[in-house]
Amino acid sequence: MSILINKDTKIITQGMTGKTGQFHTEKCQEYANGKNCFVAGVNPKKAGESLLGIPIFGSVKDAAAETGATVSVIYVPPPGAAAAIWEAVEADLDLVVCITEGIPVRDMLVVRNRMKKREAAGGKKTLLLGPNCPGLITPDEVKIGIMPGHIHRHGRIGVVSRSGTLTYEAVGQLTEIGLGQSTAVGTGGDPINGLKHIDIMRLFNDDPDTDAVIMIGEIGGPDEADAAMWCKANMKKPIVGFIAGVTAPAGKRMGHAGALISGGADTADAKLAIMEECGFTVTRDPSEMGKLIKKLI
Amino acid sequence: MKIHEYQGKQLLKKFGVAVPRGVFCQSVDEAVKAAESLGGNLWVVKAQIHAGGRGKGGGVKVAKSLDEVREFAGQILGMQLVTHQTGPVGQKVRRLLIEEGADIRKEYYVAALTDRTTQTVAMMASSEGGMDIEKVAHDTPEKILKVFVDPEEGLSAKQAAELATGIGVPAASIDSAVAALQGLFKCYMETDASLAEINPLILEGNGNIKAIDAKFNFDSNALYRQPEIMAFRDLDEEDPDELEASKHDLSYISLDGNIGCLVNGAGLAMATMDTIKYFGAEPANFLDVGGGATTDKVTSAFQIMLKNPKVKGILVNIFGGIMRCDTIATGVVAAARETHLSVPLVVRMKGTNEDIGKKILSDSGLPIITADSMADAATKIVAAVK
Repeated sequence: MSILINKDTKIITQGMTGKTGQFHTEKCQEYANGKNCFVAGVNPKKAGESLLGIPIFGSVKDAAAETGATVSVIYVPPPGAAAAIWEAVEADLDLVVCITEGIPVRDMLVVRNRMKKREAAGGKKTLLLGPNCPGLITPDEVKIGIMPGHIHRHGRIGVVSRSGTLTYEAVGQLTEIGLGQSTAVGTGGDPINGLKHIDIMRLFNDDPDTDAVIMIGEIGGPDEADAAMWCKANMKKPIVGFIAGVTAPAGKRMGHAGALISGGADTADAKLAIMEECGFTVTRDPSEMGKLIKKLI
Repeated sequence: MKIHEYQGKQLLKKFGVAVPRGVFCQSVDEAVKAAESLGGNLWVVKAQIHAGGRGKGGGVKVAKSLDEVREFAGQILGMQLVTHQTGPVGQKVRRLLIEEGADIRKEYYVAALTDRTTQTVAMMASSEGGMDIEKVAHDTPEKILKVFVDPEEGLSAKQAAELATGIGVPAASIDSAVAALQGLFKCYMETDASLAEINPLILEGNGNIKAIDAKFNFDSNALYRQPEIMAFRDLDEEDPDELEASKHDLSYISLDGNIGCLVNGAGLAMATMDTIKYFGAEPANFLDVGGGATTDKVTSAFQIMLKNPKVKGILVNIFGGIMRCDTIATGVVAAARETHLSVPLVVRMKGTNEDIGKKILSDSGLPIITADSMADAATKIVAAVK
């Protein structure tokens, strides 16, 4: 097992015909069961055509109806990316993975509020991963996103992080010492996003094939502290935690009114302290993440 | 992106928030003429820099005559204004705002910003205007009121009236305060701001509500569709090295340490800085070279890092994914040659084509120190600069 995706997942690619979309779709096809998983592309101007052996449909709805796909991945450029997310939500997909970096925050605010209202009105709950994220991978089954497949190995450790290369760093350390991953998830670096650390920790907790988790965070926002508090009360599995940004200057990424509303708990030191208090094995040396997990299992 | 107070007030005015009459000036003569044209017998001479805390640093003065306007404008224009936000060197004042005086009876604080937890826009208000709002939040958090607003529904008159009443705006001025709050919200949304703050918002003797200051920050992802905001950009206020870096599509922030670092990915870049500190030294910068690092980009990154005279060594940390280690290695060798690198260089590479990359480094004949892990790399560079 794994979380969110596996070898049987059927995936639609929105923005597949663009340069980035095409490049990464090809890499995803080459990885494990990718050839069978990536079943549709979307481009209203190229409906009926195909690319990389994948049929292109005029809309996400058509693509889902024709192929039975339940997941989409988005490479659409920033100005149209939020609309692409909304199209996937309206097509009742289970999961939307938005890779696109640079979407205006206002567009994300609007689409997230629409998603919540749709759900509150009895509509289907569609999960969103990202935006501005590397995607997710269940090693040896399927990869959805831009991570290098070859550094991963199938196994029983869950990995969750906001950033791309820091996730790869953790995965690389695990693979090097012979520990595989159940699923590795990048939630993305934007302030307004979908799935957060807490949501991914819940899923890892319920996954019988995940034994332990590496949770990586960054300065800014309440996500890591929220997840830590939840883990303290609920998590049955050992966790290694790291927060990047102990040396990051205050005020460079965060306006001071932003720090105000989160109650000043979003420095790296504050988050590390909360995680430690909640039973995580925290480290300030990111080279140690893999070794620490090995000690815990 | 930040803008000046006088620009922020232009925006507020456009969205129906009352502001004092004022004129933007760049010379002493212009300042005196501006005061004459405004009339009256009380003016405020305000330094226009992006940093806050201008009043305490001597950048805001009240003039009671045209002679005083001339005197204060002369003192402020060209000064190095030091505030708690500028750093010890301060910021040179190149622009002034001359405003009519205001009859201040009460000062409030109002702001709009994006709230990550609720994924809405938080409208905040406080009776404690004119103060350092972080201090108010810390000492008396109950004095800050918040309402969370659906971005598409907007701030209702009812919500705005609740805020205004809650911070003690008198009944006769509630309508005026509601207009200011709704204007602020609309302005925030339509300009793609990430922060819009009025501190203070004042009550005048005649019952009018006016914005005496305006502080804005804008979402850089949205600037492509905000030409009016882009036109407000003042390059004099930006860090020249950070500006140069952004031209090369590099994300760079200078820090106080002596070890330059070049990394791919923001998370890994911060983690690398932290590792340097963990092993006993301080990073000189944050530098994310991004996904598609070419030789030119790596060379520019080296040039920018080396412009900082404090840099005594460089640590390159790359996790090769789509970007291959051999591409980066070629770039690093070329950059080291091009910049005639004379400080120690430690390179740590992992991932795609790691072995080819390492071979390129060792074949170059340059004194490049290679490392296997981040800890190994940090230990080596810290030892090399000591």
